[in-house]
Amino acid sequence: MNNQKLHKQFLQSLRKEKRWIRFYQLVILIAFFGLWEIASRLTWIDPLIFSSPTKVTTLLIDNIADGSILVHISYTLFETVLGFIIGTLLGTILAAILWWSPFLSKVLDPYLVILNSMPKVALGPILIVAMGPGMGSIITMGAIISVIISTIVIYTAFKNVDANYLKVLQTFNATRSQMFKEAILPSSFPTIISTLKVNVGLSWVGVIVGEFLVSSKGLGYLIIYGFQVFNFNLVLMSLLIIAVFATIMYQLVEMLERKLIKNE
Amino acid sequence: MSFLTVSNVHHTYFSTETATEALNDINLSISKGEFVSFIGPSGCGKTTLLSIIAGLFKPTFGSVQIENQEVYGNTDLSIGYMLQQDYLFPWKTIEENITLGLKLLKGGKKGHGNVASALLSDVGLPPVEKKYPTELSGGMRQRVALARTLAVDPKILLLDEPFSALDYQSKLKLEDLVSNKLREYGKTAILVTHDLGEAIAMSDRIFLFSARPGRLHQTFEVPQELRVLTPFEARAHSSYSSLFQTIWKELESLE
Repeated sequence: MNNQKLHKQFLQSLRKEKRWIRFYQLVILIAFFGLWEIASRLTWIDPLIFSSPTKVTTLLIDNIADGSILVHISYTLFETVLGFIIGTLLGTILAAILWWSPFLSKVLDPYLVILNSMPKVALGPILIVAMGPGMGSIITMGAIISVIISTIVIYTAFKNVDANYLKVLQTFNATRSQMFKEAILPSSFPTIISTLKVNVGLSWVGVIVGEFLVSSKGLGYLIIYGFQVFNFNLVLMSLLIIAVFATIMYQLVEMLERKLIKNE
Repeated sequence: MSFLTVSNVHHTYFSTETATEALNDINLSISKGEFVSFIGPSGCGKTTLLSIIAGLFKPTFGSVQIENQEVYGNTDLSIGYMLQQDYLFPWKTIEENITLGLKLLKGGKKGHGNVASALLSDVGLPPVEKKYPTELSGGMRQRVALARTLAVDPKILLLDEPFSALDYQSKLKLEDLVSNKLREYGKTAILVTHDLGEAIAMSDRIFLFSARPGRLHQTFEVPQELRVLTPFEARAHSSYSSLFQTIWKELESLE
């Protein structure tokens, strides 16, 4: 009885703390936008460059009303999600191939290092010329930016799986592909998920840069267009939309994480 | 009639700096249903020898045969191997862990479920099939590992210090359980251990190895009166301590 009461108290204090955390998070949000608005109106900052929340909101409402923004959002979102999935999937597959053949992994090691240190966005112009100035090359940008680092990180996780798990499987005469399926891949799930989290950010970079270079649609295009016509309301609106959707994607990955790694 | 024969086994580990001889001319044979232990100072190559017997790798020289079949690269022989830790797969349920060997050796047929529950009660565990390894204690997990090993009905059990990571009470209980089960199923077993007392309490014969390079130094027969007892009872028997003293002196002389 007494224990139940104590537990209730404990839960209450937990809820209380959570409420305070939410409260301060809200304070920061309101303070940020409030300060931005005030600073812009009182011209502490140049309103032409830094715009203001009300101008951005008005623009956003207009753009939603005429439907134009939805087209841009859906283009960018599609490219990013696809680039993200392709990049991570390809990285995992490459890592599996490297794990499969230790000899190949030794041969390829220096090339992976070179490819990883090279700024992938520099490949943009070549991609565009090779694949044409369309969605294909933008998705490729979104994927290429994350694929090498995914390969390296996931391959390292594959190699670090405790050899004794493999020993157990070996005594059951497991083949190499069975070892991969039963031990290597599932025990690397936590690493693959954390790669996913990094790749969410990377794919946005790749896609936005890709849109800077070629596109006539998408949020990256809006940013570069807004910059060219000196409409910074447009630039900041696109930025805010990107922030919202990148966060949603990140949250989805975290949901996936909780689902996949439930028994740790 | 010998069940397992190890003949002229040499093994050398190579690194860029040195070549280390781990085993030097090991010859021994074990008969069916026998329980033997490998003991010796660290670096005597007993775990290396166990891995070679398990067919995990090929010795530099020599051969290991079970019922006149070479063990290395032989997929027909099923060998049970228990390690120091349970190495249960944390993302698999207890049932999936126990039937893992069956799945790999006999194909992915369903209906191994009742095998798992039968084995669980056999190793003295409540029905925990649907739980995950992290929900069990160390002793229970090692019992599950034993069940996983027994599930494939191996010809021989290789025990690589399976009790050393357990607390003393679980260790004593598990020794009795393993000893009972092996006798019940008539299994041949090799135990590698640091614990001399455990070796005497559980085995029929004890192989003492010397280190650097690993050589078979001496073989001790455990007297009949100890063999018929459970490990727990054997520890209390009068011949236990005299054998302990004899082997202890030999061990001391090796170090």
